[in-house]
Amino acid sequence: MSPDPAPVPPSLEVSGLAYAYPDGHQALFGVDLTVERGERVALLGPNGAGKTTLVLHLNGILEAGAGSVRVAGLPVDKRNMAEIRRRVGIVFQDPDDQLFMPTVREDVAFGPAAGGLRGAELEERVMEALGQVGMEEYAGRPPHHLSFGQRRRVAVATVLAMRPDILVLDEPSSNLDPASRRELADILRSLDVTVLMVTHDLPYALELCGRAVILSDGVIAADDRTQDLLCDEPLMRAHRLELPFGFDPRSVTVNSG
Amino acid sequence: MGAGHAHKLYRHGHSPVHDLPPHCKLAAVFCFVVVVVSTPREAVWAFGLYALLIAGVTALARIPAGFLLGRLLIEVPFVAFALLMPFVVPGEQTHVLGLSVSVPGLWGAWNVLAKGTLGVAASVLLASTTELRELLLGLQRLKLPPLLVQIASFMIRYGDVITDEMRRMSIARRSRGFEASGIRHWGVLAKSAGALFIRSYERGERVHLAMVSRGYRGSMPVIDEVTASRTQWAYASALPLLALAVCLVGWTL
Repeated sequence: MSPDPAPVPPSLEVSGLAYAYPDGHQALFGVDLTVERGERVALLGPNGAGKTTLVLHLNGILEAGAGSVRVAGLPVDKRNMAEIRRRVGIVFQDPDDQLFMPTVREDVAFGPAAGGLRGAELEERVMEALGQVGMEEYAGRPPHHLSFGQRRRVAVATVLAMRPDILVLDEPSSNLDPASRRELADILRSLDVTVLMVTHDLPYALELCGRAVILSDGVIAADDRTQDLLCDEPLMRAHRLELPFGFDPRSVTVNSG
Repeated sequence: MGAGHAHKLYRHGHSPVHDLPPHCKLAAVFCFVVVVVSTPREAVWAFGLYALLIAGVTALARIPAGFLLGRLLIEVPFVAFALLMPFVVPGEQTHVLGLSVSVPGLWGAWNVLAKGTLGVAASVLLASTTELRELLLGLQRLKLPPLLVQIASFMIRYGDVITDEMRRMSIARRSRGFEASGIRHWGVLAKSAGALFIRSYERGERVHLAMVSRGYRGSMPVIDEVTASRTQWAYASALPLLALAVCLVGWTL
């Protein structure tokens, strides 16, 4: 008997995940990925590497062809779908897709209300989530009257309100101006939650995530400290990853978290 | 709630009418319109009384008469139709201002005009004292099929997004030197409309994905419960009940 010193299951455990779309195109060829509780991990990869396909497996929108996904110990399957969707908070790329209710408050309330929360408890949860992203005073506003950066923050709040075990962000920094980008980074750092961040924005990955994985051609091609990955030029080139002009990952000191 | 939700139809304010729960107002307006429509058109005085009732509610809601009359302009196409009736409906002829018009046509025109105007006035009153969002809650409360309420609420949410997309497409067309100037260009406009439709459809799929990811299982969760006390129902029913009294007198006379 080997005593297991870690009673807390990892937030995300993907093993041997393979998937082919109904049209026969295979997107994932056996993905293995474990994200421990409290970690922030960047998921990097060129366009068409299967990043979105992988994300859609995490909350059971797509069903694994082979292999399995477990969220905080719970396997993703039909029986516990409601709980899985509460545990995995996906923030989609376009906040206009994510924010579909007439007001910010109702939108943030949507997830917890779908889970059965009502009344004062619901209200409290909404204000707490909005507080985490600094958007309390916008609760009564319709989402389309907010700036893009504000909408992205509200989109994060809509999933925080469900108290997820893991926050999955799809291109969180896209279309943000530098100030909103920094504000979002501050918010993400302040949250006590596991984060999986899909991104092409390599400096942002370096800034926020201590660890990064490269998904390429449907498999995890590399898994290491973000800084080490970004400094490995042959590896980067092999997977069509390029740093912005003038950016040297060696020149940055990261307080890896 | 709803600060900054400036929709053109709504006129922000605080009055006994504004404060009534939305489903009471919806039910009241619906009953009022039914009563008005079922009044015999020969009881001309009854329609005068209805107009007085509407005026009373308008005053109570502190809606300026000019505002209400301005909104009534939406009725103009129907008025045009009503004005044609005396000339096209066959029947006994009479002379008005030297023109030969038909009597049943005149009655028909009066019928459409009076009932239409009263109905529109009541709806305008409802729209200017109730926020769109609240109207949706009211409809939901009145047990309108949830799918219809959801469709309406998405229309409100995405109307601006789609208009914006349309505007950007038009800018993109014009930036490439296209100016719609005649029938030859309808093809281009039709293709743009098609592209807009496909984009909206795909957005719909993405929105659905986001909803499912947050636990949507076919019905909207109840976030705000609208409730009405007996007194509020009593207030709201004053308008249709008074109208009903007028209507009954109209039938018996």
